[in-house]
Amino acid sequence: MSNEHYAIEMLNITKRFPGIIANDNITLQLKTGEIHALLGENGAGKSTLMSVLFGLYQPEEGIIKKDGVEVSIRNPNDANALHIGMVHQHFKLVECFSVLDNIILGVEPTHMGFLQKAEAREKVLALSEKYGLHVDPDAMIEDITVGMQQRTEILKMLYRDNEILIFDEPTAVLTPQEIDELMEIMRGLAREGKSILFISHKLNEIMSVADRCTVLRKGKYVGTVNVADTTKEELSRMMVGRDVEFVVHKDPAKPTDVVLNVEHMTVASKMHSNNAVKDVSFKVRRGEIVCIAGIDGNGQTELVYGISGLEPLKTGKLELCGKDITKAPIRKRNTSGMSHIPEDRHKHGLVLDYTLENNLVLQRYFEPEFTNKAGFLRKGNIRTYAERLIEQYDVRSGQGPITIARSMSGGNQQKAIVAREIDKDPELLIAVQPTRGLDVGAIEYIHKQIVAHRDAGNAVLLVSLELDEVMSLSDRILVMYEGEIVGELDPKKTTVEELGLYMAGAKRMEVQ
Amino acid sequence: MKQRTPLLRKSAAQTLLASLLCILLGLLVGYLALLIIEPSGAWEAILAVLKNFLKYPTGAQKVKYLGSTLVKTAPLLLCSLSVLFAYKVGLFNIGVAGQYVLGAAASLGCALLAGLPWYVCLLAAVAAAAISGALCGVLRAYLNVNVVISGIMLNWISLYATNLILKGGMEKTGKDTIRLVKANKDAILPTLGLDKLFNNNQYVTIAIPIAIIVAIVIWVLLDKTKFGYELKATGNNLNAAKYCGMKENRNIILTMVIAAALAGLGAGLYYLSDFEQWNVNSSSVPAMGFNGIAAAFLGGLHPIGAIFSSFFIQHITLGGANVDLSHYCAQIADFISSIIIYLCGFVLFFKTCLNRALDRREEKKIQAAKANSATEEGGNK
Repeated sequence: MSNEHYAIEMLNITKRFPGIIANDNITLQLKTGEIHALLGENGAGKSTLMSVLFGLYQPEEGIIKKDGVEVSIRNPNDANALHIGMVHQHFKLVECFSVLDNIILGVEPTHMGFLQKAEAREKVLALSEKYGLHVDPDAMIEDITVGMQQRTEILKMLYRDNEILIFDEPTAVLTPQEIDELMEIMRGLAREGKSILFISHKLNEIMSVADRCTVLRKGKYVGTVNVADTTKEELSRMMVGRDVEFVVHKDPAKPTDVVLNVEHMTVASKMHSNNAVKDVSFKVRRGEIVCIAGIDGNGQTELVYGISGLEPLKTGKLELCGKDITKAPIRKRNTSGMSHIPEDRHKHGLVLDYTLENNLVLQRYFEPEFTNKAGFLRKGNIRTYAERLIEQYDVRSGQGPITIARSMSGGNQQKAIVAREIDKDPELLIAVQPTRGLDVGAIEYIHKQIVAHRDAGNAVLLVSLELDEVMSLSDRILVMYEGEIVGELDPKKTTVEELGLYMAGAKRMEVQ
Repeated sequence: MKQRTPLLRKSAAQTLLASLLCILLGLLVGYLALLIIEPSGAWEAILAVLKNFLKYPTGAQKVKYLGSTLVKTAPLLLCSLSVLFAYKVGLFNIGVAGQYVLGAAASLGCALLAGLPWYVCLLAAVAAAAISGALCGVLRAYLNVNVVISGIMLNWISLYATNLILKGGMEKTGKDTIRLVKANKDAILPTLGLDKLFNNNQYVTIAIPIAIIVAIVIWVLLDKTKFGYELKATGNNLNAAKYCGMKENRNIILTMVIAAALAGLGAGLYYLSDFEQWNVNSSSVPAMGFNGIAAAFLGGLHPIGAIFSSFFIQHITLGGANVDLSHYCAQIADFISSIIIYLCGFVLFFKTCLNRALDRREEKKIQAAKANSATEEGGNK
């Protein structure tokens, strides 16, 4: 197969940063018209490699070839000129612009200085028709779903006639339905001759959509395999360097006392005049993991805000370990046995410009261990504590405790939050999407921690959009649909399909 | 794991270097501007700016006028502390000028109109400014009004309110308020013998040590205490502060109250030393507040750095007044010092440049080392 046609070849790329080799002699060859997955743990060097391809970094060694010709990519403009486009994990869209405005941003067709939007609109509509990318060109970005925002990003690449499309962890923010849709779109794009680089650490998705897969581990090239000839287990072994268990091992739950009692809780919505959570009642007991399942945006976020105190309740009552906390301030809830791994780690979970150690004490800096009577911080204790958590939870960062949180990879930021919240040893752990954006090794680890926390006799309330996680981790599933609990299921007795019916609102039962 | 950070990588060293670079560049541009306007007097003019009190022939006079520079440094230092305190907590306190003006109104008002002693006047200055800061803070916390907008608005309101209040304490001739020496000697800050150190400069009072002590207190507060931890967390991420149970609205208001109180204290310390009187026809806020912004940045946003940057800025501002006016128009002093102050804002920029250069050098070193080892390996074969 020596006469294979490659759209992009990155040959023997080495990129060093002070103190670390981010890419060590990595080779990646993308065939024309294929979907090529790039797999690796957090910090394996995927992003660096893509930044090299995009001209954001210059490699010390190695060359890049486009269609067999060596090219030099010194900045993103060069990459654009070579028709390389990228959908970033965090979208780069102007919130208060329309879909159409965002697509043409930077390449606006003009005539004598006036915008020619009609022309652009036709091209966009034609593209969206051709590839099945349904968008409303006049909708404002802030008003549309994440899925549609992503389609806008894809259209942005297509509008610029990009041939090489990079998707950086595109499914991290999508619902299961949207993921299926995206997979279909990617297949369609490949059929039309586009070459796709798909960065991910979700093995199921790679197995279902990719043709070939290149695996990186700790900055080194592990290998490239044909997806058809490999298995999930094989891929994860290549990625992590050891066997990974996909099944969560846990004993049957032995629920005892009620820890969290929610009665007729109603929470107002910030988005619309309807209530986001409508008259919801449930209990979480010691020794069980209760999972709230549902499609994103059905009130799970507001439910958690209500319980954790970030939003006030409109009506209803909350009890934690028998004590009424309906009106308790957040600090009071946090110190009386509640921990909360928030959904959005950047918004709530971390002070990004603080060091890792300061973030690790965010929930307990006021305790006598970390603040003396005069109000001075005990920095030595903070350092010792941070070093213990970093060691115990394997939080990797450039400079250890004094790393600025912003500079850490998403997975390690998440690990830091999980470490902080579980180490408080709470009687009730609220974990919202605790493994979002993590690789299999880290997911396995966090799942084990959550189960161990349950086995130690605590209650866990899990909110997850990942059906695999819901099915494997929970002892009891509550399905939320449009702000109500529409079903209570036993994961051992139900199927993903049945769960899906409840999630879509096609089925419901009276729950009390 | 523990490595010694190279000197050039240390934040303090970098700030110092960048600040010095800014100063040099500012002087250079200022000199060029003077050359363009009138080449013959340029060198003398820039020397005059730099010399300030050093132009006096005798040591005794030098010391005396060094004292005067320090008298004006104290309020500037407090203004710059006000700015950097709010800035560290994520708020840009451009209202520092107005808070300073209110401090002047309250201190002089109490001294001239009510005949109160200095400590009451000083407390009044702090309180008046703090209230205006609280107003900004409340607007920000509960109505999400940007403190820059409310700060600028309050600057003007404060200025004209001050003019109105102090009209009651005017000299019979002229537009200034009555000197405290004549009106109310008790309102003048005690000197505790400091005036003797500066060749009987009666304006050298406890204001100077107070300002330095406050700088140290602010440093400790921000860096070492739980309170500082909370304030900075709130400033950096309001949502996270709320999530972990901090009282985020209280923290915002408190930040503005403290920042404003610092500016008010600065004004009180200055006007109660009787060095300058308030001009009741002022149509613009004194430059002190805005220079505080420059001093804060030139000092690398560090309270201790602010002590030195405030002194430097005051030094060249006063030096500017010594420029030979037969060659240049009267505004030249402000012009030169403002050019220098303007370039002082580039400290962060130079720091970034320095770090980039260091990164590049390290990369090259690694490459060279690698190339060496490669040739050695080749040689072994």
